[in-house]
Amino acid sequence: MDFSAINPVSLIATLIIASTPILLAAIGELVVEKSGVLNLGVEGMMIVGAITGFAISVETGSPWLGLVAAAAGGAGMALIFGILTQYFLSNQVATGLALTLFGLGLSALIGQSYTGIKPPAFPKLDIPELTAIPYVGKILLNHDFLVYLSIALVLGVWWFLNYSRRGLTLRAVGENHEAAHALGYHVTRIRLGAILFGGACGGLGGAYLSLVRVPQWTEGMTAGAGWIALALVVFASWKPWRLILGAYLFGGVSILQLNLQAVGVNIPVAYLSMAPYIVTILVLVIMSGDRTNAPASLGRIFHASH
Amino acid sequence: MKFLKTLAAGVALAAGLATTAFAADPLKVGFIYVGPVGDLGWSYEHDQGRLAVEEALGDKVETSYVESVPEGADAERVITQMALSGHKLIFTTSFGYMDPTLNVAAKFPDVKFEHATGYKRSDNVSTYSGRFYEGRTVLGHLAGHMTETNTIGYIASFPIPEVVRGINSAYLAAKAVNPDVKFKIIWVFTWFDPGKEADAANALIEQGADVIMQHTDSPAAMTIAEEKGIFAFGQASDMKQFGPNARLSSIIDNWGPYYVARAKAVLDGTWTSQDTWDGIAPGMTKIGEFSDKIPAEVRASAQKIADDIAAGNMHSFTGPINKQDGSAWLAAGETADDGTLLGMNFYVEGIEGDLPQ
Repeated sequence: MDFSAINPVSLIATLIIASTPILLAAIGELVVEKSGVLNLGVEGMMIVGAITGFAISVETGSPWLGLVAAAAGGAGMALIFGILTQYFLSNQVATGLALTLFGLGLSALIGQSYTGIKPPAFPKLDIPELTAIPYVGKILLNHDFLVYLSIALVLGVWWFLNYSRRGLTLRAVGENHEAAHALGYHVTRIRLGAILFGGACGGLGGAYLSLVRVPQWTEGMTAGAGWIALALVVFASWKPWRLILGAYLFGGVSILQLNLQAVGVNIPVAYLSMAPYIVTILVLVIMSGDRTNAPASLGRIFHASH
Repeated sequence: MKFLKTLAAGVALAAGLATTAFAADPLKVGFIYVGPVGDLGWSYEHDQGRLAVEEALGDKVETSYVESVPEGADAERVITQMALSGHKLIFTTSFGYMDPTLNVAAKFPDVKFEHATGYKRSDNVSTYSGRFYEGRTVLGHLAGHMTETNTIGYIASFPIPEVVRGINSAYLAAKAVNPDVKFKIIWVFTWFDPGKEADAANALIEQGADVIMQHTDSPAAMTIAEEKGIFAFGQASDMKQFGPNARLSSIIDNWGPYYVARAKAVLDGTWTSQDTWDGIAPGMTKIGEFSDKIPAEVRASAQKIADDIAAGNMHSFTGPINKQDGSAWLAAGETADDGTLLGMNFYVEGIEGDLPQ
């Protein structure tokens, strides 16, 4: 066994790639849940984003247009969920699950003619002077745009939820929609906005998978990433910066265990394989000793007449 | 959706049957897949087999499938539903459906079941599988020749005999032509997760592998190999479109002829429970075309191995072979019996690392 065979620089670079799809989807879902809505359709929105992003990238040759399409695809799915749950007052859990099933089927349908195609390469940030800085250059300054966007989004959401008037309103809606309504806020409209944002983020997360991490289209390729994103939101107790920690921890231990296997470390593979889940849950649960932080109106249906 | 439709049709049909007695109804053949039919790997090839049945037997059969069925308890529910909806022949196409298939079969004695890659049978459950290890002997031979770093990366799914057998046969063949060859094996504990498979491929390449073999179902590793400029093999399906430069060859599962034969047997009333394990010779395991990146003499020697195996002149496991711990397994000239192969739970000598139990 030879640990020196594991190159920490490329390890960190790959763990960022593995974590980004989950992080993008999770930050979107966090905003949705903060507004008091539980959308279990993350997996469905991700996979639809993965195929719309892939298809438009291939058709136009532009990964940027692909990203826009992925966000639009995810948001489109979220819109269905939003209309059903906010205007037709359908059950959020059931609607979210249905959205996942629908997304898997719809993406398979759209994707039929896109298997075995190579998407246009996604440009990386590459400023020779910066990338040349030892360690830091390769770890921090040589990624694609979406990695930076995902971190910027987390920072933005953190700021928005804590320091902006609209963010505080959104949280108020999530904590007590009747009080927010009594104060004159448009509960339904605010929630719909949050749902659309969540969908767009989920779509981007999916597109990261099909355009950068694997680059290819395969049916069902999200393979449960949406569910991990959902779990992360809970374990991060709805705090954006813990989401970064959780996502990178999960991605990091996943990548590390694969590398440890490749160098032949003497730990039973079964333990290595479950490590990402256990480590992430343990760390986040221990950190959130401060009681549960769930939005009080999470998952409850709102109608002005109630 | 398709299944729901056939399910609805099945219920309607059953209701009709009760009153109108029987006409020459088509035989309903059901398939359960572990991944999506669009995985372009394992499940895709089973679905090609289903289409072959439809083509060969026309309106004498009616087929339907359910895809992405998790192994375990959920599978039992899906198989039961298929049996209830009037399917008289049901193919369950993943190792993990073994016990669920047996359980359901016990409740539906007049329905015939076919379980892929398992080893438990009963009066109405047959098993069938391909001798994919024969194909892996050929691929291992190519890998041993083509690696320059003497490091072959192997993405393995679950530590079941099927997968272990593949690793061993590939290793023995690679070692035979390249004594310095090393296998780096990563267990991903999934059949289908393109993201994870890609991560595993990247980790192996990072650790010096320049040829990747896989026993998982998606073409993700092939895509990564193409991107990184190394070699890989198509698994279950040809996968050429994912790695026009990277793909050296492939193992293609060819289920069609078997599925057609079994459906015919049910139609003729000659179906009996049996165990089928067919390799290169009957064509259940096919070797994909060799890439012209492989030197001509290596292509020729690989073809000779395939031909010799098909002709019965060669066996993938021919002694002397020791187990990983150094204990003797096969004496010189002795070949492995099917029983040992079907329960293979050890690495052969020379492979590093512990086999997860």
